[in-house]
Amino acid sequence: MAWAIYISFAGALISALLPKGKPALARWWALTVTVAGLAIAVAGYAAGMGQGRQVFVDALWVPSMGIHYLLAADGISRVLVLLTGIASVAGVLFSWNIELRTNQFFAFYLALIGGVYGVFLSGDLFLLFVFYEVAIIPKYFLISIWGSTRREYGAMKLALYSFVGSAMVLIGLLAAYTTAGSHSTALVDLAHAGLPVSFQMWCFPLVFVGFAILAGMWPFHTWAPTGHVAAPTAASMLLAGVVMKLGAYGCLRVGIGLFPHGLDPWGFSFIGIGSWRDVFAWLAVIGIVYGALVALAQTDFKFVIGYSSVSHMGFVLLGLMTLNQIGVDGAVLQMFSHGVIAGLLFAIVGRIVYDRTHTRQFAELGPMHLSRRLPFAAWAFVFAGAASMGLPGFSGFVAELQVLVGAWQANPWWTIVSSIGIIVGVAYIWRALQKAFFSDALPTPHELESEQEHKFDPITWPEIAGVALLGISTLVVGLYPRVLLDSIEPAVRALLAGGAQ
Amino acid sequence: MNYAALFRSTLPETALEIAALLVLVVDLGFLRKAALQIRIAVAAFIGVAGCIAAIWAVCATEWTGFSAGSDLLLTAGGSAGVAQVAILVLTALTLLLLIDSAFTRHAGEYVSVVLMAAAGGLIISAAQDLLVIFVGLELLSLGLYVLTAFNKQSGKSAEAAIKYYLFGGMSAAFLLFGFSYLYGLSGSTSLPKVVLGSLVASANGASPLLIIALVMIAAGLGFKVAAVPFHLWAPDTYEGAPAPAAAFIASVSKVASFALLISISYAIHWWPAMLHLPPGRVTGTLIPAGAPLPHITLGFVTAWPMILMDLSVLSMVFGNLAALAQSSVRRLLAYSAIAHAGYILLGLAFFSWTNASAQAILYYSVTYGLTTIGAFGVVGVVERSTGSDKLDAFLGLHKRNPLVAAVLLVLFLSLAGIPPLVGFWAKFNLFAAVLRVSGGTLPFTLVALAIAFSAVSLYYYLQVLKRAYVMPSTDESPIRVHPVTLAVLLLIGAAVLVLGCFPALLQNWIASFYPAM
Repeated sequence: MAWAIYISFAGALISALLPKGKPALARWWALTVTVAGLAIAVAGYAAGMGQGRQVFVDALWVPSMGIHYLLAADGISRVLVLLTGIASVAGVLFSWNIELRTNQFFAFYLALIGGVYGVFLSGDLFLLFVFYEVAIIPKYFLISIWGSTRREYGAMKLALYSFVGSAMVLIGLLAAYTTAGSHSTALVDLAHAGLPVSFQMWCFPLVFVGFAILAGMWPFHTWAPTGHVAAPTAASMLLAGVVMKLGAYGCLRVGIGLFPHGLDPWGFSFIGIGSWRDVFAWLAVIGIVYGALVALAQTDFKFVIGYSSVSHMGFVLLGLMTLNQIGVDGAVLQMFSHGVIAGLLFAIVGRIVYDRTHTRQFAELGPMHLSRRLPFAAWAFVFAGAASMGLPGFSGFVAELQVLVGAWQANPWWTIVSSIGIIVGVAYIWRALQKAFFSDALPTPHELESEQEHKFDPITWPEIAGVALLGISTLVVGLYPRVLLDSIEPAVRALLAGGAQ
Repeated sequence: MNYAALFRSTLPETALEIAALLVLVVDLGFLRKAALQIRIAVAAFIGVAGCIAAIWAVCATEWTGFSAGSDLLLTAGGSAGVAQVAILVLTALTLLLLIDSAFTRHAGEYVSVVLMAAAGGLIISAAQDLLVIFVGLELLSLGLYVLTAFNKQSGKSAEAAIKYYLFGGMSAAFLLFGFSYLYGLSGSTSLPKVVLGSLVASANGASPLLIIALVMIAAGLGFKVAAVPFHLWAPDTYEGAPAPAAAFIASVSKVASFALLISISYAIHWWPAMLHLPPGRVTGTLIPAGAPLPHITLGFVTAWPMILMDLSVLSMVFGNLAALAQSSVRRLLAYSAIAHAGYILLGLAFFSWTNASAQAILYYSVTYGLTTIGAFGVVGVVERSTGSDKLDAFLGLHKRNPLVAAVLLVLFLSLAGIPPLVGFWAKFNLFAAVLRVSGGTLPFTLVALAIAFSAVSLYYYLQVLKRAYVMPSTDESPIRVHPVTLAVLLLIGAAVLVLGCFPALLQNWIASFYPAM
């Protein structure tokens, strides 16, 4: 599986060196590389079924500090690597129409993918951090060069939020490294270093918040909607699909894995909040409800999806804070599920609709009668919307149900309040569906005439292939969740039992 | 005084001086009628050859150092060896950047002044005696003033040189004043004896005299490394000096000055370490065998790190914040240099007499010097084609010259401390070294501050990269670069990337200069 990292970075380098005038070459190259990555991910996933933690490479990288070049995967990593493979192939398919500096676009794109694979496969704290930071810069350029609405602002905000988050993480890591006093920075060794509880108490929130900024935790989520809206389609798919998962993964692997005692009760309680666990769980719940309510009030189609990401990522963070088997299982499953579904939603809004209509405002989309003129887009959105609402049969249902059950076991109030978010979630998808695709107004003869003159470009094969790939992924997991849960459950059990693997 | 020993241990300096004289003879004697391009190329070639000979001399001599009587004047190997090789390599790189430039017709003089200044740098890296330190510093500084003024057609160059010279003269006076107090306190000019003498002299708490002396010395050396509040010369000098000269000031002079600070810190921390006291900021009570028991406060050990710490915090905060507001890339680099000096001073404030701190500081200053030379090389390339170093001069660089733009990307991201580039490991090593020395709240807070401000720094580095890669430009004509310049830039960019991916390479190389502990 380590090869997924190498071929992505090598692919990025080669893509940057490809001749400028041949966008088709760059596209096919990027597709080849990402498909190869997906194939490796699938093969690795299949091979890893039923196995615990696998170590791929373990070499001493910086001997004087005990930093290892250690690539390893457990069930959680394998699921997220699989998600990255799927999202990256879909992202290439949905950026098939990029004509501006195509080779550079795919160079940054593949570099980002390589960094993401690296984070999920790192078994060493500093290697993880290095890959985590490697992923920041390509995002900035992807958004600021190929983006749309206020792209430079959105890109800079995203880069600075990410960098501030990673600065917090770095402070925490340096502190953990010096406090542990061990001569290895492998996650396993650090978890067994016996960090003092008082140290974990203040280091945990630092590291957790640092990672959670990238996971879109309220109130540090504001980069997410602006960044998603500004980004080109493929980048918003990756941002929502995998980059936000980097944050959540860091929270789980580093935050909870290394500093389990950071979640212990403080020994006193203030308005019912008695530990960092309560604090972050309530922030997650607020994120769920707030994201959904704000999504309900948007006039820009893409902002609806952007805020829905904040809401759905709230479930991931809430699931992590339940600290019980079913809740954390649900959180990991929700990472996968949201990665696929958000990718699909962004693809429909950003690529299939926006690139043809050149608007994302509901007021302008309504009179276009897209359900008649772009039936594929409309029905794909019905499908994706149903998945996003969490209807049974889709992956979101299983994941959110598990999170809510886990949350009920931990604190029933969390479940009660977040279910408001689910109800509002149905409402905003429904509203978007109606306003953008199925508006009631009948077309006037004048409008019919202009429709005849300005036909939309037909749906192309990469779009169909991308929708099919993402749609099938969510359906398969929704109908047969064991395919992922069998892999997630033992890994989560081990992680909750004995700190980081 | 054994002159043969002196010659043997100053062989690298001698090699540089011979090369400097040779350049003058060849340029003024044989090439008076030749084209400027050829004269520059020949001068730079001889200069680089001199540097290579000096590197060979550093590595070939046995590390014994040079003593007069019982006082060690020049040390060898260890931190001094690393700094000397680094100074020579960086000097050679700045000389290669000269080949493409046309700011002067006096190629021979320029190269020989560079070589002499580099010799000054070699001396202060190894110096263990107050007088030798002062002579080396002046040799280096005088060279830098001349280099800053070398563009005789430019008013800015002259203005920058005058400012630099006035500030420099003042700070040299402060330094000398401080040294004279130290001599008065301790009765010696040899660093270890000075420290021991001041320890004894300030047995009942740090005497005001010692504090005054230390503040004076900090002012003098703070000027060399451009630490706030002694930084005022830096933006003007970086802006006005010719690009290769600015690169030399920003890299070689910094490496040499930090090597000097390392020697001083070693001397200060040596005695407490010998007495088995914990290094860092300590206030201890020494009880020698037998009564009566004198109460000794280790004034030196307390006051000096405190002064450095103050300089460090001021530099980090002010440098990073001021850089945010710059529109000229050279001034931006100057303020970022102040910020980087702040990080390094933090490493010096929490110094450990084991070699970890010194190695981390050298790692930082060497890689920073390398990166800055590349950055000034790119600035020089852009300036020659657009005539300006404003941010907007970088518009559309990725189309005008993709290779130079790629080098700029790598170098600036490295300065911002993004892994896997070498700047990240430099910061990481340094901060880890600080935290290893002392795990208290104070160092931790300062490291957190430094990391927070390096997050701020990403903003202004991205401002330049945004111009180069993102924003549309009106002028898309390709920029031609001299092949030698391009080769140097690519070499630096590749080195930053490779050393970043394999951080142990440089660490091991640095460690190889130290005797096994």
